[in-house]
Amino acid sequence: MQYLLLIYANEAAEAQVPQEQRQEVFGEWMSYTNDMKAAGAYVAGDALQPVSTATSVRLRDGERMITDGPFAETKEQLGGYYLVEAADLDGALEWAAKCPGARTGTIEVRPVMVFS
Amino acid sequence: MIPVSVAVERVFRRESGAVLAGLIRILGEFDLAEDALHDALASALERWPSDGIPENPGAWITTTARRKAIDRLRRAATRGAKQASVAALIELEADERRDAASLDQPDIADDRLRLIFTCCHPALNREAQVALTLHTLGGLSTAEIAAAFFVPVPTMAQRLVRAKAKIRAAKIPYVVPSAQALPERVDSVLAVVYLVFNEGYYCATGPDGVRRDLCDEALRLGRLLAQLLPERAEVLGLLALVTLHHSRRAARDHVLDEQDRGLWNHAEIAEGIALTKRALSIGPAGSYQLQAAIAALHAEAPSVDATDWRQIVALYTELARRHPSPIVELNRAVAVSRTHGPEAGLALLEALAHDSSLGDYQPFYAARADLLRRAGQIDAAVAAYQQAIAGAPNQVARDYLARRLAELDRGSGGR
Repeated sequence: MQYLLLIYANEAAEAQVPQEQRQEVFGEWMSYTNDMKAAGAYVAGDALQPVSTATSVRLRDGERMITDGPFAETKEQLGGYYLVEAADLDGALEWAAKCPGARTGTIEVRPVMVFS
Repeated sequence: MIPVSVAVERVFRRESGAVLAGLIRILGEFDLAEDALHDALASALERWPSDGIPENPGAWITTTARRKAIDRLRRAATRGAKQASVAALIELEADERRDAASLDQPDIADDRLRLIFTCCHPALNREAQVALTLHTLGGLSTAEIAAAFFVPVPTMAQRLVRAKAKIRAAKIPYVVPSAQALPERVDSVLAVVYLVFNEGYYCATGPDGVRRDLCDEALRLGRLLAQLLPERAEVLGLLALVTLHHSRRAARDHVLDEQDRGLWNHAEIAEGIALTKRALSIGPAGSYQLQAAIAALHAEAPSVDATDWRQIVALYTELARRHPSPIVELNRAVAVSRTHGPEAGLALLEALAHDSSLGDYQPFYAARADLLRRAGQIDAAVAAYQQAIAGAPNQVARDYLARRLAELDRGSGGR
């Protein structure tokens, strides 16, 4: 079963992190990703550009509506994701809890739909 | 003599949790398991009136429900069923052969333990956890649970359907959690049982019968948990707490201060006290154990005046330190009024009056009214009783407060 781990974080707070700490933070994310790969749970993952670069698209009555910004304006923004392979929800929650982003932000775990 | 249909339903309620737990393990889903159990109930209602109730009704229900599940799976298979159903069918038939060889089912306790962890999984919201636990492990019908929580039947049905759909879609596992995750997961299970217990005992506004179901269910779930996890202090602490409150049930048509202590069930009190001691000896002392210890002190006391209030104040102080809550503070204030006088209690209540999270919590006004009366502040007490009566959650509380108010009006208050 595949689960999408959506990483929400406060971008403004993250921008405040001093330069010397960034290296450390980056190292944590790298080693988390490596653990996931070593365990065979990693399917895909990416970091996203800040929401200021986001564009939302809707199609209403055949008409394309494009708006500047993310789908929802919230305190925390979607900043990246991992697609993981796990036996069940408990397995996915365990990866979510280990994610460096879980300490300051929120990880939303969503099962991936299976079409059979 | 009770009608056979009532006897059949009683047996089913007692056995359904265990049977369902086993079926869910094999079938991997709730709905088919529930349907099969329902089929078995229909068979029992048909056969037991003439054949008599089987010697081992649990085994009869298990066997019958399993056959009904096989029938349903076979019918589905001929319609071109999915791989999963066929696998379940093979497993079911193998299970039946194993059972024919030996009727012992060592897995039953484990099945129920797995089921309770699934029903109380933190990925479900608390309301869904409670409903699902009462429904699957307690055998309460959707209508009964709806009545107990004052929600319309369709709302409760929807809640159960959503919870089961999430279990399926998100693949919430049907396992006893790993040792690492166990503490957090046990907490969630205990919180559900505690909530069922609280609903049953404190918010008794509903029809009595339904509320009594909740009290019985809390005790039954507490016993099941203690049987399955006998080494966890908080599990024993919660069972002790529920047992000690249960021991007072025959006297519950009065508030604690006025109960006829001769009506208390002394066997249950002894059991509750023993459980409290055992829990505290395992440690570490958690919130359920502290509450059980307080209930034990009340249970041991021959009267309100002869209660060890000093010890109760100490326990509430400890409880407030670990789990700060205005309700704990309220209870502490009442206990302090017994050791240091009503004025000391009132001073603590005064500080609480500004706590907005207490909102319209009626016991606050009832406690304040009693303290004002005991402090001899009659006018303020009259007003406080009137306010408390207006928000009284049930007839017992209302009667008590009205009687106290009437005494004040006659000028005989201020004891």
